Amino acid sequence: MSEYNKPLPGMDGLTKEFYDFCKAEALHFQKCSSCGTFRHVPREMCAQCNSFEWQWAKSTGRGTIYSWVVINRALHPAFHDPNPEAVPMAPVVVEMEEGVRLLANMVDCPPDQLTMDMPVEVVYEAVTDEVTLPRFRRRL
Amino acid sequence: MLKDKACIVGIGETGYCRKPGSGMTEEVLQLKASVAALADAGLTGKEIDGILAFPNLGKSEAFAASLGSENLRFAATIHMGGASPVASMRMAAMAVDSGVANYVLIPGGWNGYSGARVRETVTTDKNSIPGGAIAWDYYMPQGLTVPPQWYALMCRRHMHEYGTTHEQMGAVAVAMRKHAQLNPGALMCGKPLTLEQYMASPMLADPYRVNDCCLETDGGAAFIVTSVERARDLGKTPIYIMGAASGQPYPADEFTTRADFHQTGLTIAAPEAFQMAGVTAQDIDFAQIYDCFTFEVIQQLEEAGFCKRGEGGPFVENGCIELGGHLPVNTSGGLLSEAHSLGLGHIVEAVKQLRGDAGERQIVDAELGVVTGWGDFGDGAIAILRR
Repeated sequence: MSEYNKPLPGMDGLTKEFYDFCKAEALHFQKCSSCGTFRHVPREMCAQCNSFEWQWAKSTGRGTIYSWVVINRALHPAFHDPNPEAVPMAPVVVEMEEGVRLLANMVDCPPDQLTMDMPVEVVYEAVTDEVTLPRFRRRL
Repeated sequence: MLKDKACIVGIGETGYCRKPGSGMTEEVLQLKASVAALADAGLTGKEIDGILAFPNLGKSEAFAASLGSENLRFAATIHMGGASPVASMRMAAMAVDSGVANYVLIPGGWNGYSGARVRETVTTDKNSIPGGAIAWDYYMPQGLTVPPQWYALMCRRHMHEYGTTHEQMGAVAVAMRKHAQLNPGALMCGKPLTLEQYMASPMLADPYRVNDCCLETDGGAAFIVTSVERARDLGKTPIYIMGAASGQPYPADEFTTRADFHQTGLTIAAPEAFQMAGVTAQDIDFAQIYDCFTFEVIQQLEEAGFCKRGEGGPFVENGCIELGGHLPVNTSGGLLSEAHSLGLGHIVEAVKQLRGDAGERQIVDAELGVVTGWGDFGDGAIAILRR
């Protein structure tokens, strides 16, 4: 795994907490303790009610495809060099049952088979010893 | 109210190029454009007492030191990417109206072709834009790294909800290219584009083809804002800022979670600007719309109120946004076919049109024009200008 050369998140603060849940294969989102609103990306306070009280709440892991882009030319060396088979790739926006949206990739769906509102569920890919990224697969 | 309180009195450009590059530093490009704008206005650097620098392209203090602006008393940078020049125009109008500055210079310029490309800066500096740290932590690890990919996500959703088509995006590319044929300074002058050629252009970040993307070029531009009273003393036809506003989508630093996925900064800014100006979109003779990508023109035409949301695709068809059409858009060729002038070129072109100095591409009797800016994850700014 030491050869993984793609961008990695900064593993500190709330971002580390988010990805540590992914490493434990249990996707979590922040949930406001005051008004119950889920949020992503992680932030220190609730934009709905301005409460600083929150907890990590386990996601159902289920969502639907909201949008995607098929990257034919990566424009970032890590995503096609030295492996030209890496493109096309298709980052997807997934609308989760909690109401938040999450950017990810599919593991079992070629870009040309993506459809709007396709039901998907989270899976996990450990890309380094420290970092596990959320991915998605089709849900029947 | 800022209506008719300030004017644009000077514009300057360096000219634009790709290979072999400008051969100048980005600071020199901006200084040359600034000197040209000063000459156009009949001013000297000593009279400039306000400078609004473009994000990450130099400090107001350094420009003042080179230009001899000994009385710099108003210096700021608005962090809205390509929306910064128009947002800076509004801020300059506020400054000269309130008296905190008399002559405000807004420069911009870069080696977008021969220097560091956007694709490099946004992926190597997490402070390059306000949402950079979020992109770093949540977009880039998933392979979403550069602006055409961000905006393609917005475009695909729009296509899904409203039926916007590739042919309609192509109509934008073709219109900009047609206008560039009338602009000897445009990089794409002499290189016409048909819809068939557009449709054959390879996909880059589907739904964006290569020909949906703006040029990457070297060059600089600048403009100067002063009060109406001072503008009248300068001799040049003053171009009045009738209305100006800027706005942010919500949230501005992250776009996937927006409740209203099609909201942009213009959604907020445009009604404010039109109300300030006391005119409607139907009164406008031309629009210079920040065209980083073709769909962003369609989206901004909608959010600015030239048509309803979802109707931008049909709006750009049938030559409607070409010279001679209902609303000529980007009469210089824009970022897509003139050069990537960071949005300053749109302001320069609007001033040329309103002065009647636009040469072969002059719109007859142009009296009212709109300029927009778009930056980062959809920040927006808009100005309504008149002669």
